[in-house]
Amino acid sequence: MAHFTKATSVKDWLNQRLAIDKVEKVMMSEYWIPKNINFLWAMGMVLVITFALLVVSGIFLLMYYVPTVEEAFYSVNYTIMREVDFGWLWRHVHGVAASVVFLIIYIHMFTGIYYGSYKKGRELIWVSGMLLFVAFSAEAFSGYMLPWGQMSYWAGMVITNLFSGGSLHADGLVEWIRGDYVPAQAFLGRFFMLHVLLIPLAILGLIGLHFGALRIPHVNNQDGEEIDFDKEAKKYLAGDKAGSKVMRFANDFMSKDMMVVGIFLVFFFYLVFWNYGFAMDPVNFDPADGLKTPAHIYPEWYFLWSYEILRPFSVDIGLIAFAFAQVIFVLLPWLDRSPNAVPANRRGLFAIWFWVMLVNLIVLTAMGKLPPEGMFSQIGFVSAILFIVQWLLLPIITMFEKKV
Amino acid sequence: MENNSRRGFMGKAFGAVAAVGAIGSLFAMKKSWDPLPSVRSAGFTTLDMSTYEEGVMITEKWRGKPIFVLKKTAEMIKAEESDEAAKVRNIKIGNDNFMVAIGLCTHLGCIPAFRKEQNDFLCACHGGQFNASGNVTKVPPPRGFDIPPFKIDGNKLVLGEVGPEWQSMKDNGVTL
Repeated sequence: MAHFTKATSVKDWLNQRLAIDKVEKVMMSEYWIPKNINFLWAMGMVLVITFALLVVSGIFLLMYYVPTVEEAFYSVNYTIMREVDFGWLWRHVHGVAASVVFLIIYIHMFTGIYYGSYKKGRELIWVSGMLLFVAFSAEAFSGYMLPWGQMSYWAGMVITNLFSGGSLHADGLVEWIRGDYVPAQAFLGRFFMLHVLLIPLAILGLIGLHFGALRIPHVNNQDGEEIDFDKEAKKYLAGDKAGSKVMRFANDFMSKDMMVVGIFLVFFFYLVFWNYGFAMDPVNFDPADGLKTPAHIYPEWYFLWSYEILRPFSVDIGLIAFAFAQVIFVLLPWLDRSPNAVPANRRGLFAIWFWVMLVNLIVLTAMGKLPPEGMFSQIGFVSAILFIVQWLLLPIITMFEKKV
Repeated sequence: MENNSRRGFMGKAFGAVAAVGAIGSLFAMKKSWDPLPSVRSAGFTTLDMSTYEEGVMITEKWRGKPIFVLKKTAEMIKAEESDEAAKVRNIKIGNDNFMVAIGLCTHLGCIPAFRKEQNDFLCACHGGQFNASGNVTKVPPPRGFDIPPFKIDGNKLVLGEVGPEWQSMKDNGVTL
């Protein structure tokens, strides 16, 4: 057995048993962050806080929500919204956070793409981040089923139908996923379980992996500078805080992080209290009806771009294009053949690639919201083709990139 | 050395036990997600075909899905005279021709709306169109409406049971 001495303080008592000083150093005060970064580096913490808001508001919703097809709609729209004191607050926090979390995820992702933060030992950060995106997408979709309104039902119908694989006609698989011929009680029950237990567990695990993958390569910086973290940390600890290129994660970097979080939360609660409508589709305030399709079925804004890639093609090609769009971002560290881990504006053609990609995704998002008619259908088609072509071109343009 | 081989043996023995357990639990998990027997057995609907009016599209329900029933008018029958693909989809009850089909777009499963003036169906989700026989006139849907398994029983149509007429439609690729 290890040797224990009489504790001199509570801290010492804990230190002997849990090594809290060591843990504090590893996780916070001697976890080094470069100094040359900007507010975009705070998005990770903004995401952590938003996830916490989702968990807390979700816990309160879970106490009153009833996962049956008869009662789900009324437990949300009557019990939670009208009977439970402040029930509206939890619902609006949950709905707005579910939408805003994707905005922050996209900013976080495109920051990574712009600064090349998926290269040179940071591949696993990128891959675990993309897995988190997939898990959050599944979490968003399963949560969207739960109020059991018209959009819940029909989004459930359309998305589960994707698994029939077009001409493969894997109807058995679709029925297996649903547990019925159409979305019904078995479907609601299992998506409820996925939403409140299995996917959140996966998300927690992936967050652990994401942070773990960050530990050795450290975060990137805005100048693409290769920093010797051991050397700079020694300099810092020796007292040359101004000369060192790094600072402590806590409390130094955290203080700035939380400043950004504070500004974000003001914006967030402005939305929750005064402008929550965008996260509450009016169609979903009609109870689910399997015999009546709403006039327009469209996903939430954060899925529109991939939906628009599915839409302009015939079913099989559409599904292939859709599957391509879903997985292609994961492969970015290997499709980008250039060794330059520097901001996009110093990478020639890649800078154009980046901005065209960003603008094109916004165009696809806008077209996905509009009805698929005339002009919009054609713009959507061209944008979808452009998206695919851009990814096919990426290895070529980066292969010929000059080393900076 | 002796120890190592014993450990190796124990490792393999545990691996074998774990593999059997893993396969068994995966099987149980798969089966637990299957549709329940009560869901499967509630899968039959009987329609009395003598109650429908010509040219009026009625939506019935079978296995939770909408079923389009359209008794064709003389005008519709005339319009499809040279259209073999349309004729093979007709279900004949006595002297009447019916279009009976699952009212879900074969693209991604939305319910198309019947347009009385044009005698066709328009899907609002992705703009697919079907004619009065349920064949596609505008993509993205990859094929016409699926026809549910049916059995003709005098004036009645039993959905969910396979009769010879449906079997021949399936064999000839008219429906899935």
